[in-house]
Amino acid sequence: MTMLSIRNLHAAVEGKPILKGLNLEVRAGEVHAIMGPNGSGKSTLAHVLSGRDAYEVTEGSILFEGKDLLAMSPEERAREGVFLAFQYPVEIPGVNNVYMLKAALNAVRRHRGEAPLDAVDFLKLIKEKAMLVQMDERFLSRAVNEGFSGGEKKRNEILQMAVLEPKLALLDETDSGLDIDALRVVANGVNQLRRSDRAIVMITHYQRLLEHIVPDFVHVLAGGRIVKSGGRDLAVTLEERGYDWLKDEAA
Amino acid sequence: MSTAPTANFLPEFERVAAHLPGDARVTERRRAALARFATSGFPSQRDEAWRYTSTAGLARRQHSVAIDAQISLERARAALAAAGAWNGPQCVFVDGIHRADLSGAVAAAGLRIRPLAAAVAEDGRIDERFAGWGAGECSPMIALNAAFAADGVVIDIADGAKHTDPLRLLFVMTADVRGRAVFPRVIVSVGQGSGLIMVEQYVGESAADGFTNTVTQIHAGEGAQVTHYRLQDESPKAYHVGNLIVSQERGSEVVSHSLSFGALMARQDIHVMLRGPESSVTLNGLYMAEGRQHVDHHTRIDHFEPGTRSEEYYKGILGGHGRGVFNGKVVVHPHAIKTDAQQSNRNLLLSKDAEIDTKPELEIYADDVKCAHGATVGQLDEDALFYLRSRGLEESAARALLTYAFAGDVLGRLGIPRLREDLAARIAGRLPGAAEFLEAV
Repeated sequence: MTMLSIRNLHAAVEGKPILKGLNLEVRAGEVHAIMGPNGSGKSTLAHVLSGRDAYEVTEGSILFEGKDLLAMSPEERAREGVFLAFQYPVEIPGVNNVYMLKAALNAVRRHRGEAPLDAVDFLKLIKEKAMLVQMDERFLSRAVNEGFSGGEKKRNEILQMAVLEPKLALLDETDSGLDIDALRVVANGVNQLRRSDRAIVMITHYQRLLEHIVPDFVHVLAGGRIVKSGGRDLAVTLEERGYDWLKDEAA
Repeated sequence: MSTAPTANFLPEFERVAAHLPGDARVTERRRAALARFATSGFPSQRDEAWRYTSTAGLARRQHSVAIDAQISLERARAALAAAGAWNGPQCVFVDGIHRADLSGAVAAAGLRIRPLAAAVAEDGRIDERFAGWGAGECSPMIALNAAFAADGVVIDIADGAKHTDPLRLLFVMTADVRGRAVFPRVIVSVGQGSGLIMVEQYVGESAADGFTNTVTQIHAGEGAQVTHYRLQDESPKAYHVGNLIVSQERGSEVVSHSLSFGALMARQDIHVMLRGPESSVTLNGLYMAEGRQHVDHHTRIDHFEPGTRSEEYYKGILGGHGRGVFNGKVVVHPHAIKTDAQQSNRNLLLSKDAEIDTKPELEIYADDVKCAHGATVGQLDEDALFYLRSRGLEESAARALLTYAFAGDVLGRLGIPRLREDLAARIAGRLPGAAEFLEAV
């Protein structure tokens, strides 16, 4: 079943067109990687999907499970099951990680018609999920991302994903700023979250993430469009040849 | 006859003077204070200390000075319940008048608490400490309080008596009379090496539009430790003017928390005099204004002696057409070497019509001192808002959570858990969308 369907997407930032006719179909259970050189529109795609309002969609459509994603507020998207792991997770002083997660999870559960979790059940759940990304429990009671290292922030993103159990997870440059050990931990966490009813879209500049989270499909984004799609071999080719040989195809 | 704005307080004095506690000598003192008020009238915005805060609303209205407190026990209890539960010792005042029937007995070794009216009657003349204020060159608001103070409380703590159970003074304003005016006076003397934790709380029935003008004087003896909480959450129609005057001896430590949420116009003056070497004071504050509320804090700390320390930490949250004023004056006198004075005022503006005027004022006449100040004005972080929304939180809940977080560290400084919880609920109650995350807290 098609989970995400992006058709002829055009988007602009401050009047400047960035995405210029992007098409993408993602089905449940699939893992897609979107690669591309700097400035190709990768981050814009992630932001448009998550509902950031500085990004203006000028043409095209995005359907999530058949519903118009662009008509939804960021919180509605989250409740429907779309999750964005941020490239730069935000530090929020004074807001406890656990409180935020509990408020978020219960907002999602209410939307699904499920009863909110009480404090005891929630703590049990979160401790279990924290083990998935080898996150020390003391990070749970700290302010959201405040004073976290780059690796800790990325682990925290995957922890949130594990708790919220989205249908579609967008990982925006999740490997950036990670050393190889942290990358393994984060990738391992993501791999454990792969399921037949969940789709994952990774946005990444480098191929190395794909060695740890092996995608079913690889797409190359250049000049605001997907210019080439293939299997995981395509990522290897990109690693060897770079992006330059594709620029002609984009033009 | 002066043309200074005095509303109807001169005729009011003639109406109520005979009912105010004290003998003829006290009445003379009251008249002197009234004369002092009559000369200047309510402060005008030409007065630098009142530049951002108008008293026109006070000067315009017909005031009715309270000399008794005739509400039913039932209603008083409802007001008490709204003020938050309190299991410890407390004194309750209705329209500024002490109500023994609501207060419960307060007894502890070395602690003497007397309603002001009773203290005056007992001594045959009013307490000298009381009479000393209101004469001379004090502010017109303090003079007005001295003229009309009908009741209040006198607290004396003997040397070496540590009173660790917080004492609450609860002032309830009723909606019985339009333009009710009340003038409580609190006089606190903490002996050498003694301790006191006290809470002054001001609340009102929801329709109460009265004017509270209150003066609290605290004298902290050598090595005394005093923590003073002031929670002002009067009805949004009320006028509230408060003065806190603190005098400290050698090595004493005073902590003040001023938490201001209510009233249409609220003005709090805090004046701390560090008269003894090595004495220290911490002033914490949190103020919120929304709708058309106006909240003004003017603080002044005088460092008179060497090795004195002050730390000031104030935060403000302003929404709607709310307006805040913060003025933090620190004077380091020539003798006060090795003074350490730190001041911080941070403000959060939640709407484009909200406003804050914040001003540090440092006057340093001594060498070898450490003084720093910082003031910030900001809005909610858009990136943080988006982050929370992208996790499923309603926008209003995300805003509430971030606003609550801004106030969080001030709450963290409150040493009385039940007060902290009560304040958390008061803050959350003013933030639409807070219910969604508060259940998580």
